[in-house]
Amino acid sequence: MRDFSYLRANSLDAARQAAALPGAMLLAGGTTLIDLAKCGVAEPETLVDITHLEGLDKIEVSERGVIIGALARMGHVADHAGIRSRFPAVSEALWQAASAQIRNMATIGGNLMQRTRCPYFRDPANFSACNKREPGSGCSAIGGVTRGHAVLGTSDACIAMYPGDLAVALVAFDATVHLGERQVSVDDFFLLPGSTPNREHAIEPGEMITAIEIPGSAAARRSTYLKIRDRQSYEFAAASAAVGIEFEADGRTIRDLRVALGGVATKPWRARAVEAALIGKVWEPDTVRAASLLAVEGAVDHGANHYKIELAPRVVARAILKMGETV
Amino acid sequence: MTSLPITLTINGHRHELEVEPRVTLLDALRDRLGLTGTKKGCDHGQCGACTVHVDGERVLACLTLAAQAEGRTVTTIEGLAREGELHPVQAAFLEQDAFQCGYCTTGQIMSAVACIREGHAGSDEEIREYMAGNLCRCGAYPHIVAAVRQAALEVQS
Ligand SMILES: Cc1cc2nc3c(=O)[nH]c(=O)nc-3n(C[C@H](O)[C@H](O)[C@H](O)COP(=O)(O)OP(=O)(O)OC[C@H]3O[C@@H](n4cnc5c(N)ncnc54)[C@H](O)[C@@H]3O)c2cc1C
Ligand code: SF4
Ligand code: FES
Ligand code: FES
Repeated sequence: MRDFSYLRANSLDAARQAAALPGAMLLAGGTTLIDLAKCGVAEPETLVDITHLEGLDKIEVSERGVIIGALARMGHVADHAGIRSRFPAVSEALWQAASAQIRNMATIGGNLMQRTRCPYFRDPANFSACNKREPGSGCSAIGGVTRGHAVLGTSDACIAMYPGDLAVALVAFDATVHLGERQVSVDDFFLLPGSTPNREHAIEPGEMITAIEIPGSAAARRSTYLKIRDRQSYEFAAASAAVGIEFEADGRTIRDLRVALGGVATKPWRARAVEAALIGKVWEPDTVRAASLLAVEGAVDHGANHYKIELAPRVVARAILKMGETV
Repeated sequence: MTSLPITLTINGHRHELEVEPRVTLLDALRDRLGLTGTKKGCDHGQCGACTVHVDGERVLACLTLAAQAEGRTVTTIEGLAREGELHPVQAAFLEQDAFQCGYCTTGQIMSAVACIREGHAGSDEEIREYMAGNLCRCGAYPHIVAAVRQAALEVQS
């Protein structure tokens, strides 16, 4: 790992100013950044440690929803009673991510900024072609081993999968990212690769995530996060779904439905076609299964990741069915 | 880069040292302070061998910069035993024969102490989930779960 200088920010403004300088990066839990610095992917000249800033780790639950400070750690948010009761999918997405140790270190802000696990991206010593690392250099994954790559939202320049779990639940429930004064919806915060896969987030130099906000809703209250993976724990998703549902008074007709996918797309993927097909319909297993197929509309595989196109709709259907059974 | 003077509080002792900013807590513990009980497996957050406690919570020393730990309280496997008496989790690992080569064991024990303290050792299923961040290449998992279960009962009673 190349050396860098280290400084501790003592205020939010100082952090933002220091991080805006060329070569500087914010350091939170370090679970992405220190790892990538060791891989030779991140080569910061200065790390601005924000973990000692006060007051940015609060979790404030109100009637309107919840505001979670950027420095709140994944494990604390997962275990928070208000999150567990009002946003079960958010808690489940968090406790099924990484490991207990990593969740004690990793912050919510850093979590949104985590990078892809594409093995070519992580290995510059052996694979010089990677448009995400080096725009215009090509893509080593296309034509390579693609088992973990995305089938939705890909481009000719990059097929890297967005690996995170939390943001999948966030995009399902219309959360916003607070960048100080400015707010962006989570859906807009994550960018499609297009021709510029090096740009992943709608955040500008000198900006910092200060909090995320999730509006409360009946669908968020009755929600789940289903994560399917190669091993039972401590693994990224092969396919996952965040689902929230609200029924009409009859307890059978779907009034509101939220569906988002993880593990299969280049960004946290809201499956609006599935929602539209089921809202107003009576909850019934065959209808749910048929509508879930719409989750992968437009999917394109690259060989070894073909299984994701079959797996994702099943994960969606299973999550919706699970949420309906507990009427 | 110039080195950074830092003070680390480890197992109740203060240590003053100069480190390059890139030095991880793991390398500082092992190479600078001779505390080799904390192991380096993957060095990338993927195995749990380097688990230590910072301010009472389990974290990975390989992804923590030594400089970040300044002002925090660090506990390593060397700091678990009290007055020569093994911590109940250490004793349970011995009794249940919860290791083969022993390489992952110190990380397992540090993780288990925290797992019990967090209240995440209520059932075998919960122990497996909340101990998943510690890999054991020897596959001693059934005995590790038994040791954590035994220690959890002892600590709680
Ligand atoms: C072995 C392993 C397994 C994992 N498994 C999973 C998993 O199953 N699911 C999952 O979702 N995640 C998983 N992760 C990823 C993990 O969740 C992220 O690494 C973590 O959330 C990043 O948070 P951090 O605070 O450590 O960020 P850091 O590493 O400190 O920072 C990451 C990036 O965000 C920037 N940054 C940090 N804070 C801010 C801020 N407030 N504003 C703007 N920029 C900021 C940094 O400059 C850096 O570029 C895994 C990680 C590892 C190492
Ligand atoms: S898929 Fe994207 S991240 Fe992976 S090698 Fe290709 S360009 Fe790089
Ligand atoms: S050495 Fe730290 S997790 Fe493997
Ligand atoms: S005892 Fe050998 S790795 Fe666990």
